[in-house]
Amino acid sequence: MSSILIIEQILNGLQFGVMLFLMAAGLTLIFGVMGLINLAHGSLYMIGAFAAAAVAGVTGSFLLALIAALAAAALAGAIVEMVVIRRLYSAPHLDQVLATFALILIFSEGTRWLFGSFPLFLDIPDALSGPVTLPGGIEYPFYRLTLIGIGLAVAVGLWALIERTRLGIQIRAGENDREMIAALGVDISKLYTLVFALGAALAGLAGALVGAIQSVQVGMGEPVLILAFVVIVIGGIGSVRGALIGALLVGLTDTLGGVFLPELFKLFMENGAAQKTGSALASMGIYVLMGLVLIWRPTGLFGARA
Amino acid sequence: MKKFLTAAAFSALCATGALAEVKVGMITTLSGGGAGLGIDVRDGFMLAIAQSGRDDIEVVIEDDQRKPDIAVQLSDKMIQSERVDVMTGIIWSNLAMAVVPAAVNQNVFYLSPNAGPSPLAGKGCHQNYFNVAWQNDNLHEAAGAYANGADYKKSFIMAPNYPAGVDALTGYKRFFEGELAGEVYTELGQTDYAAEIAQIRASDADSVFFFLPGGMGISFLKQYADSGIDLPVVGPAFSFDQGILQAVGDAAMGVVNTSQWNKDIDNPTNTAFVESFQAEYGRLPSLYASQGFDTANLLLSALDKADPSDADAFREALRAAEFDSTRGDFSFGPNHHPVQTIYAREVIKEGDVFTNKILGVALENHSDAYAAECKM
Amino acid sequence: MRLDEKYLNGLMIAGLLALPLWAVMADQPFTITLVTRAVILALAAVGLNIVLGIGGMVSFGHAVFFGIGGYAMGILAFHAQTYTALELGLFTTDGTKFMPVIWLVAMITSGLVAFFIGLLSLRTSGVYFIMITLAFGQMFFYFAISWAQYGGEDGLSIYVRNDFPGLNTLIPIQFYAICFTLLCVVLFLFARLQASPFGLALNAARQAGTRVETVGLNPMRLKLLAFVISGAITGLAGALFADLNRFVSPTMFSWQLSGELIVLIIIGGVGRLMGPVIGACVFVALEHFLGELTDFWHVYLGVILLCIVLFGRGGLIGLLTGKEGAHV
Repeated sequence: MSSILIIEQILNGLQFGVMLFLMAAGLTLIFGVMGLINLAHGSLYMIGAFAAAAVAGVTGSFLLALIAALAAAALAGAIVEMVVIRRLYSAPHLDQVLATFALILIFSEGTRWLFGSFPLFLDIPDALSGPVTLPGGIEYPFYRLTLIGIGLAVAVGLWALIERTRLGIQIRAGENDREMIAALGVDISKLYTLVFALGAALAGLAGALVGAIQSVQVGMGEPVLILAFVVIVIGGIGSVRGALIGALLVGLTDTLGGVFLPELFKLFMENGAAQKTGSALASMGIYVLMGLVLIWRPTGLFGARA
Repeated sequence: MKKFLTAAAFSALCATGALAEVKVGMITTLSGGGAGLGIDVRDGFMLAIAQSGRDDIEVVIEDDQRKPDIAVQLSDKMIQSERVDVMTGIIWSNLAMAVVPAAVNQNVFYLSPNAGPSPLAGKGCHQNYFNVAWQNDNLHEAAGAYANGADYKKSFIMAPNYPAGVDALTGYKRFFEGELAGEVYTELGQTDYAAEIAQIRASDADSVFFFLPGGMGISFLKQYADSGIDLPVVGPAFSFDQGILQAVGDAAMGVVNTSQWNKDIDNPTNTAFVESFQAEYGRLPSLYASQGFDTANLLLSALDKADPSDADAFREALRAAEFDSTRGDFSFGPNHHPVQTIYAREVIKEGDVFTNKILGVALENHSDAYAAECKM
Repeated sequence: MRLDEKYLNGLMIAGLLALPLWAVMADQPFTITLVTRAVILALAAVGLNIVLGIGGMVSFGHAVFFGIGGYAMGILAFHAQTYTALELGLFTTDGTKFMPVIWLVAMITSGLVAFFIGLLSLRTSGVYFIMITLAFGQMFFYFAISWAQYGGEDGLSIYVRNDFPGLNTLIPIQFYAICFTLLCVVLFLFARLQASPFGLALNAARQAGTRVETVGLNPMRLKLLAFVISGAITGLAGALFADLNRFVSPTMFSWQLSGELIVLIIIGGVGRLMGPVIGACVFVALEHFLGELTDFWHVYLGVILLCIVLFGRGGLIGLLTGKEGAHV
């Protein structure tokens, strides 16, 4: 296996990882600040993708589509927070799981009601399509490089938001002591709606960006949701830094495992069987990773408390 | 009390018998992921029933949600409560494997409008089971045959790691005479194919064969088109079907795929079908719609000759398959699976709509590899 | 009017007896099949209720045990129906179609797996516990999909139901009798367990782990034992479910199923004896009747579930008896 292929696969893992980060960052913020498990986060990802596909279909502009995705997901997030989620902050985790599970059903079938049962079309803008040649002669899709760039930029932006702004101070304070910041006169319900909408917007952005190279269809959010949960559990729930590290770990493990495990099995097995065994194990790889991390550190890599 | 109820039920049964009403149970996927296929089968089927003008056929339609356990229960309901004579509708092989063996053993006829798992074509075949679509391997075998004709020497082949995926690669290899540049099993439901595309780029393949149904195929094609690799791609019709083609868009242009049906097959039945389907539902029919339509017409042709209560006569009538298929010539092999011509199609654009055009024949009067194992 | 919970439980059992009997007389075999499904799902949820209701552990991976029970039945019956030997390393068997043996194997295997999963997962708590159990579920799901020997994603069809001495299990009402009896036995055990020193200690461990520790009990050991018992019961339900459908497939391991089991308990009432039973009956009825009304019935199901969480604390039993349930 050539070094070019290996570098390309590492880039693929990175790209997968940063997109997972966009999903996981919102989840982990919402849990960190409000203590809420949001299973419906994957639905916001789907809403972003559908909004982008609908707007791109009408206007033909990818930029407008991205803006629509951000707006639609943030709006859906804010509405859901105000109507449903707000009543669940003091509820046990079990109620949160059930209520957000119910939201998944409503969003998924509601979207199918609106848009029909067939996948929607969303494509990469011409300016970003096709491969570019990187130093060392690696040909790599420009769009995927852009995704890596956007993901890292969002990570830096989030860091700046949390460390450098007034809202960030409130978020950090909220993570540490909810009653105290309410007592200090921060409008807590506005803060919560804002954080929820921010998390939703990030999920919507991820949905639109990924939707352009995948299929925009009902139910697209759930597999990503489960991966995002794996990410934040590995990283430590509530930690944005943990979400970034966890996302990259999961992205790289999944991509590289899928490529190298079958190669490994080929050393001592027949070709077809090695492929099947290797890819079966690779699909379990990230869950094994998560199990190992939790056995080693029961609250994840950067988790402060259970 | 009990006596009275049984008597009532008995007289009710006699009443339906006197009207010679035929009850058809359709279990198909109408909600959740993959609902598009079930909806097309249903619409095609019901179009044919409506066109027949017969009002003595009752079709009971139920949604299996693509869950095998739900499908089994619905089948119990169809057989136990509704007492259907004929069943049809199932899209997915795993659901068919859960439902069909038990159903046909309870003396119900099953006409498959889509799924054709190999066990039901070989050792597990049954006299009451008829497949009107294809045996699962057929379209893949045709793809292999097409690859020989196109002079491909080295193929990179790929499918999800589940039984139908393994069958797909086996089917391709059965007919493809060249070498393999790579053989990859992906995860079921996978949406990112960057890693596989990198492997294709690094290999010395001259062609790519893939079987990735539903959303998986959309994702792969979009990512492949963006990767800058320009090796020719060939696959079965499932990823290029009318329903999802619009979602793939330009990425599918020019790709060759294999199918037993296309809307431009030139025969009067097909022309009328395409026109009336569009008029009725406002969209172009898909492969699945044509299969639903053919299934209903097969059923109607048999009902003209015999009543399902006379099982032997009805079976003979089905086996004769004397109906006008949208595919032109159609007949059953000894294992009740189609013997039919499979075409190579190319994706083209008609105005704003992506669709397929027939390039030529990939396999003529093709049967399947399992017929010999079937002892009926 | 507020009902006493005891009367409500009695009514529920009476209903589960009367409805299938009526169905036999009215010649509605499918109604029996539906009730059987509800009873089996209830059995699985009673198992989950031990860890979730009494022990306060939100396991989002109980489908693992349900699936293992199902595959235990599937594999044993598959070898018996194809007359092939099943190599188990130390010994070889021809499989079996005898229900009690299948149940025993299902319970032992799922109990064993529960032991190992519990050993690892119980090191964590709260959300981490929810997520690690979910992860184990996914591991088993993907494994089953690629396990070609037993059908992979296609699953395994068992053509005839397994045997129980003296009964014809293919007759719906007789198979129902088996499932109903087992449910009653397990409900009895659950009631005994809840009131036993073990159950009280487990309940205490949920509310105040450190206090339990100071009186000399090991909360980890209590929880692990509960987890194993719970896994074994859900495994038994899995074996019955497989027999009901005469079919097993990886969907028995899916995370949606884990979620549905939790949903059943919450609909009925967490930690209550009959909570899972009422929940399962309501769920199966909703699934059946809403599904007939519209293709988009998931939306309505979602709205109903949402209302139960937001307005119906303590589930339906709580609503009917006027008492809130345990908090988890």
